[in-house]
Amino acid sequence: MFNEFFSRQDLLLIKPAVLLALFGCGILLTDLLHERRHKYLNAVTALLGLGFTGVQLALIQRAMSAAGYSEVSGFSGGLVVDGFALYFTWIFLIATAIAILFSVRYLEVENEHHGEYYALMLFSLVGMYFLATAMDLITLFIGLETMALSVYVLAGFLRGDRRSNEAAMKYFLLGAFSSGILAYGFSLLYGLTGSTNLRAVADALVARPSGDPVVYLALITTATGLLFKVAAVPFHQWAPDAYEGAPTSITGFMSTAPKAAAFAFLLRVFLVPLAPLRPAWEGLLVVVCVLTMVVGNLAAISQNNTKRLFAYSSISHVGYMLLGLVAGNETGLKGIAVYLLVYVFMNLGIFTVLVALRRKDIIGDEIEDLSGLFFKNPVSAVFMLIFLLSLAGIPPTAGFLGKYFIFLSLIETRHYVLAVIAVVFVVVALYYYFRLVVMMFMREATDPERLNISPGVAVALAITLAMTLVIGIYPEPFIRLAAGSVLVPFR
Amino acid sequence: MLDQFFFYIFASVILLGGLLTITRRSAVHSAIFLIATLLGIAGLFLHLQAEFLAGVQVILYVGGIMVLFLFVIMLVNLDQAARQRQFNRQWWLALLAAAAVCGEALYGLYRGRGAFTFPGAVPGNMPPNTQAVGNALYQNYMLPFEVASIMLLVAMVGAVVMAKKRL
Amino acid sequence: MTVPISWYLILSAVLFVMGVAGFLFKRNIITIFMSIELMLNAVNLSFVAFSYVLRQLSGQVFVFFVMVVAAAEAAVGLAIIIVVFRNRESLNVDDIELMKF
Repeated sequence: MFNEFFSRQDLLLIKPAVLLALFGCGILLTDLLHERRHKYLNAVTALLGLGFTGVQLALIQRAMSAAGYSEVSGFSGGLVVDGFALYFTWIFLIATAIAILFSVRYLEVENEHHGEYYALMLFSLVGMYFLATAMDLITLFIGLETMALSVYVLAGFLRGDRRSNEAAMKYFLLGAFSSGILAYGFSLLYGLTGSTNLRAVADALVARPSGDPVVYLALITTATGLLFKVAAVPFHQWAPDAYEGAPTSITGFMSTAPKAAAFAFLLRVFLVPLAPLRPAWEGLLVVVCVLTMVVGNLAAISQNNTKRLFAYSSISHVGYMLLGLVAGNETGLKGIAVYLLVYVFMNLGIFTVLVALRRKDIIGDEIEDLSGLFFKNPVSAVFMLIFLLSLAGIPPTAGFLGKYFIFLSLIETRHYVLAVIAVVFVVVALYYYFRLVVMMFMREATDPERLNISPGVAVALAITLAMTLVIGIYPEPFIRLAAGSVLVPFR
Repeated sequence: MLDQFFFYIFASVILLGGLLTITRRSAVHSAIFLIATLLGIAGLFLHLQAEFLAGVQVILYVGGIMVLFLFVIMLVNLDQAARQRQFNRQWWLALLAAAAVCGEALYGLYRGRGAFTFPGAVPGNMPPNTQAVGNALYQNYMLPFEVASIMLLVAMVGAVVMAKKRL
Repeated sequence: MTVPISWYLILSAVLFVMGVAGFLFKRNIITIFMSIELMLNAVNLSFVAFSYVLRQLSGQVFVFFVMVVAAAEAAVGLAIIIVVFRNRESLNVDDIELMKF
């Protein structure tokens, strides 16, 4: 059955992606059978698909640890499943599952409940899986586009809403532009090294004489494309618009799963093929980090739209995570992994509350819409407070842990100035997070309408809060997991 | 000698087409000049012994993508846009940025022109092209080929979701 | 090859920068999108040139995939453009200022 080019192992390694694609196609088909009021069944199918994928992932993980492999590669080196890939795939799956949980009621309120929404989410997961596992420039590029195209459409899913249209358009134009720049960088990398395999590229770059201007050109174009994808300053302009205009549930999804995937992509490219050029990109990255923290935090202060505020907050968090890459030691890379995991839970928690604020005739994305939340629904206000504390990095919440490792790595590698700047901006961030807290606890409610807590939203809130607290209070197992995901830099 | 002649012909078609694409007022004219550029690139592909890609370039780009563009241009009303100012308010900033990027790229490529010599590169012809590309696609590059199928499915579903009035 | 590779690369770089320039300073969304196609074609040209010099096919395969991506992007992008037009009857990026800094 299998010819000389593929083994069973190759197929086993892509099985998670195959399952996701199958369930995605299944949703497209079964969507036709459901009546309008039974569309939530699509969400159930999608969650089932995620469950199967999770089981498959666990099986692969167990088989690997039983055989004592730290990584398994397939498709003649084009794909590698290692601790890094598995860890990130888990993050994508969890983030998507939570996003699906809080999407159901939201889509009903928006009156756009179609199966395609969930199918596109699963297809974007296929792309993310290949972003985390691929070891070949071509597969990475195709995986990136699979993810990006799905998310462009999801951002514009409310077709009757002008803001959603515009979000999709801006996101699409800037996404396609950055893909073009990235592809140009890839073409130069290919020309310099004669291979599309990441490790072969790294080998060939080591052999090149240093100070070669074409190498710098390749580095700059590739890095620009990658930084666009994670929305680091000065390549962040698309993020606030796309986040503000997209449906709230998709904003939550976009700021976690695709962001983590872009980070996996960035780390893989910077730590394998571009690792020999570390002296050249380290300074560049320091500038980008500082700019990202400054612009992200300062711009967030003046925002009056909650989604836009969290877009800038998410940009500033990217700045902190990139600092881990600047430090580049094991603590730093572990810090990025922990930070991303924690960020997924706390940010999705925030967006669960924001989704619950969307009721009939109330959009719920202005800061005023939060006012008096404590008197209307004390539980969700307290939850929101905990998520905000976590985003600001106050112990004992999980957010502290992520920042702790990043700062530790900076001090270990003697980047004292960067550490001080980062701490200063933590204080700035406290200011705008507490603006929201004041709104929730000290203002009168502007509208009497009750919150829209559906079962899905309740479950999502419970999971995100539990994880935000558990990781903060009992972090050892999660730190161990993150330590297993550290990608050893090439050479 | 003949090589250089053809290169100059195609290169001037490409550059002229590209320049007119980004400066013309009417979107239809832009599209037509873009087609000229695409055909010029197909010519260079033939020149570089990539016959298969030259064919795909004509069929897929000119025959597919550009026809799609022209359809959309006809569907949306662009007469008004053609009468308005063509460049946005920050055009001089953009021009400056573009000039800087161009200068940087050209300088890099010029300084590094020696970087692209390959001791291992055997002189001679490429293998018979279409068959070889087919083999590569179905052997070494099977995985991206399969992922591309998912991507095309996404594009199809996405286009329907966005453009259809009632789902 | 009588035409050195660097000529192809410089041609590709100039075409790429034209695409970037068009992207940055045109106002009409469809022309902006065409500029992105110019950029992708510049990428393709440099891939094929490298592939020819290296006498190997990986570069041509990459070009094949870039074309597939371009086709998929065109389908989704033009669908988005149609929706935007349907809801606001204008395709000028300066008019689209519902959301600001």
